[in-house]
Amino acid sequence: MTVVIDINHLNKKFGDHEVLKDVNFQVNKGEVVTLIGSSGSGKSTLLRCINLLETPTAGEIIYNGENILNDGHHIEKYRTHLGMVFQQFNLFNNLDVLNNCMVGQIKVLKRTKEEAQQNAFKYLELVGMSAYKNAKPKHLSGGQKQRVAIARALAMDPDVMLFDEPTSALDPEMVGEVLKVMRHLADQGNTMLIVTHEMEFAKEVSDRIVFMDKGVIVEEGPPEAILVNPSHERTKEFLKRTLR
Amino acid sequence: MAFLESSWNLFTNNWDLFVRGAWTALLLAIIGTICGTLIGFFIGIMHTIPKRKKNVKSMLLKVFNFILTAYVEIFRGTPMMVQAMVVFYGLVYLGIDIDRFLAASLVISLNTGAYMAEYVRGGIVSIDKGQFEAAQAIGMNHLQTMIHIVIPQVARNILPATGNQFVMNIKDSSVLSVISVVELFFTANSIAGSNYKYIEAFFIATVLYFIMTFTVTRFLLLFEKKMDGPASYKVELITGNKLEKDGK
Repeated sequence: MTVVIDINHLNKKFGDHEVLKDVNFQVNKGEVVTLIGSSGSGKSTLLRCINLLETPTAGEIIYNGENILNDGHHIEKYRTHLGMVFQQFNLFNNLDVLNNCMVGQIKVLKRTKEEAQQNAFKYLELVGMSAYKNAKPKHLSGGQKQRVAIARALAMDPDVMLFDEPTSALDPEMVGEVLKVMRHLADQGNTMLIVTHEMEFAKEVSDRIVFMDKGVIVEEGPPEAILVNPSHERTKEFLKRTLR
Repeated sequence: MAFLESSWNLFTNNWDLFVRGAWTALLLAIIGTICGTLIGFFIGIMHTIPKRKKNVKSMLLKVFNFILTAYVEIFRGTPMMVQAMVVFYGLVYLGIDIDRFLAASLVISLNTGAYMAEYVRGGIVSIDKGQFEAAQAIGMNHLQTMIHIVIPQVARNILPATGNQFVMNIKDSSVLSVISVVELFFTANSIAGSNYKYIEAFFIATVLYFIMTFTVTRFLLLFEKKMDGPASYKVELITGNKLEKDGK
């Protein structure tokens, strides 16, 4: 298996508060990894550190054999290889659905307009939103916004897709449509790193589940091992509270 | 009635001067608003560049931003009438023979810029942090994020303030008469003096100022509505909606 992202001894402090403590962790090509844990366990921070929306305090993030935390590393270029899906969708409010999926391709990847449009359509079809190509974000429901946000990230043809609690801000009846898209992506063999509270979903799609607590990775392994037979007391306790 | 008749006669006898004066006032307001808005956006962007590591570049930026802040404070804190005198006679003192209209355009632009800088800064700060993060996440740098994502949203949000500034500029262009720019106030004043008809001349000026500001206000409201587009969206065609089809 090829390691896509290799994280070594990652540390993140907000002031005196240590959110991540010596985190070591890999994502392999084609793998679907789910990060679980209670709020404040550091899972979102870890995800945000990976694409440098938060700057780690110490440690290294190896991508393509290079530590991207080294001085002079081209952060913008590195970020194009990671597709990010946010809890709050964060669609560009000034652009319609199609342009949300094209602006990065054209301005950052320097693709031609035709190329970008074709690619955008491909992914908008995939998420079932091509009929809304000229709609502005304000016209869409939460689930629709999130599906467009997924298409926007996919349109950059990233190596890894990062999902930061993609269904946490959605009404219950909209969670399904987003999870369905994500399930489809997992089946297609995309490399995905997901922070979620949807345990059933995690169990179903994950190749590996990582349980975090208080800024450390407590244990990781295949879904059955973690969710059915956890070996740590903290994992058991967390699951008891969430799997009711 | 005699007053209206007298005013009308004064206007018909000098209409070309009045119209030229009004046009000059409008032109100054247009130039001031456009240039001022550009200055405002420039300063707004400079002030919101994220602070990275400490090096020579960040030091230069700090110094430059200090100068910009000083400019904003000075121009907001002094009357435009005084600014006009200082700039025009200051340049003359330095031996620079500047055209009066050009000097007036410069002053009104700098004055507007100082106000717009604050509107723009406030506009940028009020944009949801998620918009910046999403732009960064697809690999945009600060300038790209600003140009393609943030500025268009800020421009829309501060449009009412910009319109307000435009209307103020139409009215405040009158103070630029102190450096003898032949705008509407200056015109009205000289026609009043030469005809001994003060009340009539300034009544005409009042009407002309009001026509200009009222028209501009209506026009801006229409423009705002047009920018916002329709409130709802009609799905055009349901084609090839793979997931939608096999799902629900």
